Amino acid sequence: MIDKAIVAGLGASLALGAGFAQAQASRDYISIVGSSTVYPFATVVAEQFGKTTQFKTPKIESTGSGGGIKLFCAGVGVQHPDITNASRAIKKSELETCAKNGVKEVVEVKIGYDGITVAHHKGGKPVAMTRKELWLALAKDVPDPKGGETLVANPYKTWNQINPSLPNAKIEVLGPPPTSGTRDAFVELVMDEGCEQFGFIKAMKKSDKKKYKATCQTVREDGGYIEAGENDNLIVQKLEANPNAFGIFGYSFLDQNRDKVEGVAIEGVKPEFELIASGKYPVSRPLFFYVKKAHVGVIPGLREYIAEFSSEKAWGPDGYLAERGLIPMPDAERARYAGSSKAMTTMASN
Amino acid sequence: MSNAAATSAAGGGAARRHVDIVMAGMARRRAAERRFRLYGRIAIGVGLFFLVVLFGSIVSNGYSAFWQTELRLDVKLDASQIDPQGGRDPAILGRADYGGIIKHRLREMFPEVHGRRDRIALYGLVSNGAAFELRARVLANPSLIGQTVSLWVPADDDVDMLMKGKIKRAGPEKDRRLKDNQLRWIDQLKADGRLEKRFNVNFFTRGDSRDPELAGIWGAAVGSFYTLIVTLLLSFPLGVAAAVYLEEFAPRNRWTDLIEVNINNLAAVPSIVFGLLGLAVFINFFGLPRSAPVVGGLVLTLMTLPTIIIASRAALKSVPPSIREAALGVGASPMQAMIYHVLPLAMPGMLTGTIIGMAQALGETAPLLMIGMVAFIADIPRGAFDPATVLPVQIYLWADSPERAYVERTSAAIMVLLAFLIAMNLFAVMMRKRFERRW
Repeated sequence: MIDKAIVAGLGASLALGAGFAQAQASRDYISIVGSSTVYPFATVVAEQFGKTTQFKTPKIESTGSGGGIKLFCAGVGVQHPDITNASRAIKKSELETCAKNGVKEVVEVKIGYDGITVAHHKGGKPVAMTRKELWLALAKDVPDPKGGETLVANPYKTWNQINPSLPNAKIEVLGPPPTSGTRDAFVELVMDEGCEQFGFIKAMKKSDKKKYKATCQTVREDGGYIEAGENDNLIVQKLEANPNAFGIFGYSFLDQNRDKVEGVAIEGVKPEFELIASGKYPVSRPLFFYVKKAHVGVIPGLREYIAEFSSEKAWGPDGYLAERGLIPMPDAERARYAGSSKAMTTMASN
Repeated sequence: MSNAAATSAAGGGAARRHVDIVMAGMARRRAAERRFRLYGRIAIGVGLFFLVVLFGSIVSNGYSAFWQTELRLDVKLDASQIDPQGGRDPAILGRADYGGIIKHRLREMFPEVHGRRDRIALYGLVSNGAAFELRARVLANPSLIGQTVSLWVPADDDVDMLMKGKIKRAGPEKDRRLKDNQLRWIDQLKADGRLEKRFNVNFFTRGDSRDPELAGIWGAAVGSFYTLIVTLLLSFPLGVAAAVYLEEFAPRNRWTDLIEVNINNLAAVPSIVFGLLGLAVFINFFGLPRSAPVVGGLVLTLMTLPTIIIASRAALKSVPPSIREAALGVGASPMQAMIYHVLPLAMPGMLTGTIIGMAQALGETAPLLMIGMVAFIADIPRGAFDPATVLPVQIYLWADSPERAYVERTSAAIMVLLAFLIAMNLFAVMMRKRFERRW
C-alpha cells in the first residue's frame, strides 16, 4: 500500500514536470512588474480591464522601479514581463542594458503625477515650511548657524531653532527607508533643492560633485529622521499617536486619511489635488510605464490594456484614477501621451 | 563503657544535628520550590497574555470585515435595454450597460439630485462591483429580463466604513471622504431600510480587488492550496525516502555524517535564501513561469524537506528494534521488514512532522517574494501553472493599501490564515493521539 503511494507521488511529480514545457509555450495574460507607487493605480486599471473585456486580468508584481526595469530588460519572450511601471524615468544605462538583451523597442507612457507630502497630526496649527527649512531639519551636516561656510553636525533639536515661526517641538520626521522610490524622490525634490539655496554648497556641485551629493542627500542619524519602513499606513498611525511628529508619504495616503492628518504647506503651497495638478506644489514627480513593443500583438490584450490606461475615463481629471489619488497630467500632455501610446512610438534607444 | 556511651551520645547528637540542619533548611527549600513553580507560571502567564493581546487586537480589528454594508436596489430589467433583439444571446447580454441601469435607478430614487458633480457623488455610494453583480445575475438567469428584481449590491467602501463607525461624520466637509449631501442620502436610505450590514459573501468567494468591498480571500486561498499540494506531493515522498535510507540502510561513515550535518543546517537557513535559489534555478534555468504555484511549491519543498526528514528519522528511531528483528527472524528481507512492519508504525510520527512542515510553509512569504508571487492577481487560479498568490502575501498586500477599509480586511485575512494553521496543528495533534503507540 505504501509503495503504491510512493509510486503515485512520483507519478504526480512526473506529470507536473511534463506540464512545464507546455505552460511556457504561451501566455494568455499580461505580465506587469515595477514600482510600488504605481502599483495602486495600475491594479485598478488592470481590474477594470479584466472585468470589462474578454481578456484575463493582468498580473501585477510590486517589485520597485529598479527591480522592475531589471526584469523588464532581461529579454524578449513570454517568460519576461510585458510592461514595467516606474516612479521615475528610465535611465540611459538601463535602456542600454535593455537593448543589449534584445529589448530594443520600448514605448514610454507617462501616466500622471504623484505628490509627496509632509504631514502631521490633525488638530494642531497648520504648518508651513520651505524646502530649505526641511533640509536644515533633516540633513546630517548643515552650515554653521553662526555663519561662515563650514559644515557642522546638525545642531537643530527643535523646529523653532530653524525658524522661530515653526512649532517649539522636537524634530521628529517619520519617512521611508533608502530602498523606497518615495525616498529617492524626496531627496531629489526636497533635500537637493533645499541645500542648493546655500550658495557655497551649490558651487560645490561643480567643483566636488561627490561631496555635494554627500552634503545634500545624507539624512541625519541622531533620531531626528526615523525610518518607518515601506508601509505608509504605519506612518499615518504613528502620526496619530504622536502629535509632534511629521511624516513623509505619497499623496494618496494623505487623501485617504484627511480626517487624521494634515498636509504641510511647502513654499506656501498646500498639497491639494488642484495645486499639485497645476504644478504649483513643488514636490511632485511623474509616474510612467514602459511597454515592450515586441510583445504587442503576441500577448493578447496588451494593446487594449494600454488603451484602457490612456483613456480619459481612467487617467482624465474626472477618471477613476484621479479618485484614487493619481494627479492627472495637463490636457495637452495627456493628449500627447495618448497619441504616442496608440501609435507605439518607441524611445530613441541611445 | 564510658567511651561507648560517649560515642553513642555523640552519635545521637550528630543525628539530631543532621535532622536539625535539614529541618532548618526546609522552609527555605520549600520556598525555593514554590518560587520555581511560580516562575514557570509567570512565564506561561506572560506568554498567554501576549497571545490574548495579539488575538484580541486582530479579532477586534477584523471581525467587522465579515459584514459588508449593502444597498437594496429594485432594478427594472428592461428588455429593450439589455437584449434589444430578444435572442437571449449571452454575448449580447454580457455587453449591456448594467452600470447605466444602476445609475438610472439611483437617479429615480433621488429625483432631486441634479448637476454632474452631485450625480457623481450619488453614484459614488454604490460599489463599482454592483454592475458586475447585476450582469452575473442576468447571465445566470436570463428569464429575469423584463422583470423588476430586488437585489442587494455592495455599497462603496467609504459608506461601509461610515456604517461601521470607522470614519467620523464630524469635522469640516472638505476633510471628509463623504460630503454633506452623501451623508443625507445615506441617512435616507438607512431610514428606508435599504442600507444594512449583511454577511460578506464576497470576502470568501472572490479574488483580490482594488475595491475593498469586492476584495476576497478565495483567490489567495486557492493559490495557497495549489502551492501546498505541490509541496506535499514532492516533499513527503522525498523526505520519507531520504529518512528511511539514512536511518535504516545507509552505512555510518563520513559521507552520511556530512549529509546529516547538511540536513540539519538546511533547516536553519533563512527562507529568503530558498527564494533566491528558486529564482536562479527554477525560473532562470529551467524556465518555469513566474508567480506560479508550481514554483512556489518547489521552493517551499526545499524549505520543508529538512523538517520532514528530521521528524521522520525521529519517528523511525522510536520503533523498537524487536519489531525489525522479529520480521527478519521469520525470513523477511530488510526491505519487507521496513515496508510492512517499521514504516506503518513510524507513519503517524512522519505525518505529524509533515503537517507541521506544511503549516510552516503555509505562513511563508519571504521566499515567494523572489519568484513573483507577491503580485496583484484578481482571477482565481485554475491550476498550478496559473499566476497566483498565497494567504500571507495577500495579508501583506492589503496592509500596504491606502484605502481605510483594507485595515479590517487585513485583520480578517489574518484570522482566516490563523484558522487554517490552528486546524492543521490540531489535526497533527489528533493524529498523534490516535495512532501513537507506547512500547
